[in-house]
Amino acid sequence: MGDLSELMSASRGDIPSDTVEEMTMAAKFRLGDRVRVRVGSPPGHFRTPAYIQGKTGVIEGLHGTFPNPESLARGGDGLPTQFLYLVRFDQTHLWQRYPTSLQDKLLIDIYEHWLESAS
Amino acid sequence: MERRVHDRGGWPDAGPIDRAEHVYTMWERRTDAIRGVLGAKRLIRTDELRRAVESIELSPYEQLSYYERWIVAIEALLIEKGLLTREEIDRKMEAWVTCRS
Repeated sequence: MGDLSELMSASRGDIPSDTVEEMTMAAKFRLGDRVRVRVGSPPGHFRTPAYIQGKTGVIEGLHGTFPNPESLARGGDGLPTQFLYLVRFDQTHLWQRYPTSLQDKLLIDIYEHWLESAS
Repeated sequence: MERRVHDRGGWPDAGPIDRAEHVYTMWERRTDAIRGVLGAKRLIRTDELRRAVESIELSPYEQLSYYERWIVAIEALLIEKGLLTREEIDRKMEAWVTCRS
């Protein structure tokens, strides 16, 4: 369990620190948490590619909250907003015949409603 | 899980990514400009454009270039939102073809 608010303050300097703290308190996951990506193909637009679905990764950062793109794509208001995380995966976990370094990682942005706890 | 047409990571036999760049033609620049105007006037959102592009059937999707997909998507959204009708677009296209010939 790491401190996400520190990470957010670094990237979102324009937000007062108490707001950042309040926001990160409400986030479901913390830095270092293991998460599994949900599997699904809802109609319309979503931003979770197939190759990442069902895979297990680690929370690397929190970008903040954003209007839900799946709602915006249907002409909706994007509410409620969703937390957007930076999630880290081992490339060898994603690709069966990954050809190069075993240390390689994939960093990808995933919205909270696509993640479930895997710890 | 159903794999969507645009979702290419790990697509079987996808081959290498074509990284070739080209100088944008005037119609490509215009397409980009039209999208910019529609966005600024809050008529089409980026996520809506993505939905419309991703809704293109596999066969036309494969045949269309990047900005051709945008044109197809923008047209579909303008009709969906009732801002233009298919007939209005066809009439304008016909007039344009006539004036060029």
